[in-house]
Amino acid sequence: MNGIHDLGGMTCFGPVQIEPEEPVFHEDWERRVFAINVAAGGALGSLDYRRHGIERLTPIEYLTSSYYENWLARFELLALDTGLVSDIELASGEANGRAEAAAPGIDAMNTVIREGRASAREPRARAARFTLGDRVRARNLQPRGHTRLPRYVRGCFGSIAALRGTHVFPDANAHGLGEDPQPLYSVEFAANELWGPTASPRDRLYIDLWEDHLEPARRETRRG
Amino acid sequence: MDDHAHDAPPNPYLTARRSPEETRALAERVAKLEKLLTDKGLVDKATLDHVVEVYEHDIGPMNGARVVARAWVDDEYRGRLLANATAAIAELGFSGLQGEHMIALENTRDVHNVVVCTLCSCYPWPVLGLPPTWYKSPAYRSRIVIDPRGVLAELGLDLPDDIEVRVWDSSAEIRYLVIPERPTGSGHLSESELAALVTRDSMIGVARAAAPGPGR
Repeated sequence: MNGIHDLGGMTCFGPVQIEPEEPVFHEDWERRVFAINVAAGGALGSLDYRRHGIERLTPIEYLTSSYYENWLARFELLALDTGLVSDIELASGEANGRAEAAAPGIDAMNTVIREGRASAREPRARAARFTLGDRVRARNLQPRGHTRLPRYVRGCFGSIAALRGTHVFPDANAHGLGEDPQPLYSVEFAANELWGPTASPRDRLYIDLWEDHLEPARRETRRG
Repeated sequence: MDDHAHDAPPNPYLTARRSPEETRALAERVAKLEKLLTDKGLVDKATLDHVVEVYEHDIGPMNGARVVARAWVDDEYRGRLLANATAAIAELGFSGLQGEHMIALENTRDVHNVVVCTLCSCYPWPVLGLPPTWYKSPAYRSRIVIDPRGVLAELGLDLPDDIEVRVWDSSAEIRYLVIPERPTGSGHLSESELAALVTRDSMIGVARAAAPGPGR
């Protein structure tokens, strides 16, 4: 979806401000929100579904809330959506019975933290269409749902810089359409292909895109 | 690209802390949610405490600093790190959540790498811990891709025109660790002394590794 989360290339947010000696958390409630999301996030659904949950917050809320405020709002939104909690329970804070999913214990949590979660699926679900050095174009897709194809690369020409194996396709998996595992590529774009003549001719941008995001570059006609 | 003027001042909503009343309301909202999830059997306090403890104290940029320092002193390790970063990082005991597929990017005299996630805030947790606020901010996520040299200059990193800047947008489950250049004058330092020079920001690519202090 063409949402406010798709920020690449906007120039309206002012300078980057680094907080010296920033603590990991600023408030105790942030610790709890973080841990709830890590420990209970799996009960909500896939990583991709949860990422899309943040994108569904309104643009005003997204921009004017802090990071962990957005994690909190996302958790509440998806807990309601999935029926993990009811609106009456969320409003009252009183549980009406226990959930089917069980709380992960410390050992189970340590395993997830140490081993991670599989996002790649091998062996290859389908043979890679592109090889190293191939010229490609990021397709001009405008999906209404979740996508990891940001607006700023759509329609632009680049080349395959690396093959990253076979990965779950978030654009499908976020919507319960299956994992649709497919080749993932590191795609290299010249900065001035993306940003025009004011960008340095030396500079490059690399982004990981799935095969369904790409098409062969048959004719390299510039957009516009 | 324009590296001094901005069309917009800093967004006050993004930097201002909440008022004490708002913070109290947030804390109450979260405590209520935690109690509800606990009563429903979805979380328990000991596990949540443990997750906080791990990410606040055990996992952080000191892990990545050890990887970088090892790469600086051990050419064979450096080779393994560049060939298969996930495995090489695991050799030092670091692995897991949000670092399942690691790539190491080496900064050199000719190439400077810098990492972002424009769509959310993907970050290599096992080696860097949780991301700082600026990395998650719209200001960084939006502008580092269109004006990397301007952003880096503002952050105190002036790059010569003849260096190639490579911006890496972490749009998938691949996570990137920048290997900064080893500082000049650090030849006498031990591996652990070198690790102390490797800052979080240098492993994101918005800074150089710290210079060795006199008398170190």
